[in-house]
Amino acid sequence: MYRYDEFDARFVAERTEQFRHQVERRLSGALTEDQFKPLRLMNGLYLQLHAYMLRVAIPYGTLSSRQLRKLAHIARKYDKGFGHFTTRTNIQYNWIKLVDVPDILAELAEVEMHCIQTSGNCIRNVTADQFAGATPEEIEDPRPLAEIIRQWSSLHPEFVFLARKFKIAVGASPHDRAALLYHDMAVEIVRNDEGRTGYKVLAGGGMGRTPYIAQVMSDFVEREDILAYLEAVLRVYNQDSRRDNIHKQRIKILVNAIGVEEMRTRIAHEFDEIKRLGSLQLPAEELARITAYFAPPAFEPLADAMPSGSADFENWKKSNIHAHRAPGYAIATISLKTIGQVPGDASADQMDALADLMDEFAIPEIRVSHEQNLVLPHVRRKDLPAIFARLQELDLAAPNAGLITDIIACPGLDYCDLANARSIPVAQDIAKRFADLKRQQDIGELKIKISGCINACGHHHAGHIGILGVDKKGVEFYQLLLGGSGAEDASIGQIMGPGFATHEIADAVERVVGLYLKERASGERFLDTYRRLGMEPFKNIAYQEQMDAAYNG
Amino acid sequence: MLLITVDGFREDAFVALSDDTPLPDGAVLVSLSRFQAERDALVARNAPIGVRLKSDQSPEQLGEDVHRLSLVVLEFPKFRDGRAFSWARLLRTRLGFKGEIRAAGDFLFDQIAYQRRVGFDAWEVASNFTPDDLHRAFGEISNVYQPSADGRKTIRELRVSA
Repeated sequence: MYRYDEFDARFVAERTEQFRHQVERRLSGALTEDQFKPLRLMNGLYLQLHAYMLRVAIPYGTLSSRQLRKLAHIARKYDKGFGHFTTRTNIQYNWIKLVDVPDILAELAEVEMHCIQTSGNCIRNVTADQFAGATPEEIEDPRPLAEIIRQWSSLHPEFVFLARKFKIAVGASPHDRAALLYHDMAVEIVRNDEGRTGYKVLAGGGMGRTPYIAQVMSDFVEREDILAYLEAVLRVYNQDSRRDNIHKQRIKILVNAIGVEEMRTRIAHEFDEIKRLGSLQLPAEELARITAYFAPPAFEPLADAMPSGSADFENWKKSNIHAHRAPGYAIATISLKTIGQVPGDASADQMDALADLMDEFAIPEIRVSHEQNLVLPHVRRKDLPAIFARLQELDLAAPNAGLITDIIACPGLDYCDLANARSIPVAQDIAKRFADLKRQQDIGELKIKISGCINACGHHHAGHIGILGVDKKGVEFYQLLLGGSGAEDASIGQIMGPGFATHEIADAVERVVGLYLKERASGERFLDTYRRLGMEPFKNIAYQEQMDAAYNG
Repeated sequence: MLLITVDGFREDAFVALSDDTPLPDGAVLVSLSRFQAERDALVARNAPIGVRLKSDQSPEQLGEDVHRLSLVVLEFPKFRDGRAFSWARLLRTRLGFKGEIRAAGDFLFDQIAYQRRVGFDAWEVASNFTPDDLHRAFGEISNVYQPSADGRKTIRELRVSA
């Protein structure tokens, strides 16, 4: 994985001192809260309902065991012993004191980590496929490019006061695990007809109040031109985006206001001008230098046999083990969705134990997925039973990756200042309702995604079943959305109708799933059946209880 | 308001004119619309000209006339409006503007280093701002990851030569 050199280390250390100075000015009153806000946000520091929340960047979701131990230490020393992994593959601490933040940043810098640009109206932490470098599907590991983008975007002087936030993801597989099409900008590594590797660039995707699927800006950008192209997109956005209405300032609004053709024309104009100047060309040597950091570990020559074991182990294998590029190896998903737990949460003890497990089984890195799970990317198949046993002891062995209880949920009204409704208890209720594993396996792939407000941190637009918490006169209600997808077949979920009360939402989900089980054709996922049948039958069944009550009540 | 540059405080040689004030002698600062309306008269005076751009006005609207200007003032109506960062960058690296680019309006100490990188070289600051503040702003982060208008060697270039 990437390692800081003297320049990176100095940069992060100086950034930490800069923020220490900003905090001192805030505490002394030299900065007003209004002035301090964009500065603290650029360092991932939010003022939430109960305390400050600190969001630590995990670039492209990759951590070493040493870094994971540091995250555990921070959870223990400065928080209440927990961290929350997010859909941006970052980690959040919910109980932070402002005066501690400079010290936390200094501790993070010791392990080559930081909070730079994890919030605010700037280019955010870059995400990538959590199976990068391990999956046999990909053209190449997308993380070297993600790292190059991370460096280019770090305190980019032109783009730190954008109209709104700007999220970039990089992928390289036909199977999109990074929700590329829901990003402000996405780079897909592709091969052209001549067999040359380059980049397809999309822009204008996003969730929130007005969801859009990203559109292709260029089918093929040459390798050496990629930063010039990305800078062109950002400049068009910075210059031309609206600044008069916070709800209409994302790039998705610009793209759809001027049209994709006009957007492409403006980007092409900027791109030509930037290329003419030449200073952003990416030399092949630089790409090779960064790529070398991400070289896969030396895989041992191993037999391809997959070990078998207890019924529990077999169930875990079914959903949480994925094909690896090297014979005798596997990718293992560690579900952070144990039934009844908070989706995405991990305790300090769990993080420490996972770090020990990584060292013991020679697994050099661990990944965070946007679905709020952890991934061991390079596991010797023969080690799987022992690893599974350890995960069971840690309560991290839920065999539900990709199943109905593998639910994405934002922190919601339990923590978040923006939320209208709670997300976590709804996720827990639904998970308990479907706790029976046979039933989960029968239902198959079904992605439930829950947001506690319109900002959509819980990706509800992209859920096969999405749930959006709303506030009606001080009471929490939950709207149901069906048919969304954040994968390569991306689509925006459709709102079913009036919201359900807190005690009704799990029932409604259960009726919708029941109809799917009744109506599905052979091999159909929930999403496929929904796409074939449309909203009507699902809507009829979902509101059955309400209609019965109206007629009989 | 004081005017500060890398060399310290400086008298403002330009007289800022509203759009209906008659042209005086000497260096003047006018809005883009006044410059466009009275371009020939302004150029014929043979005195330094400054143009003040609002945050939604691209310097590309100045065209070749940019080379007749000695000063471009870029407005920050509120510090969150970052369009002027791109305008300064365009002025320097695309339009080849060699005159002064001055930051005016609502910006923070913490934006000055970014402003300098994209091409600003003068700042309208409050009376309690000092040259030490300016140098502190410039010195907070030693090296940079991306090329901009200041011609600084990037970290990538420094790595190659290290």
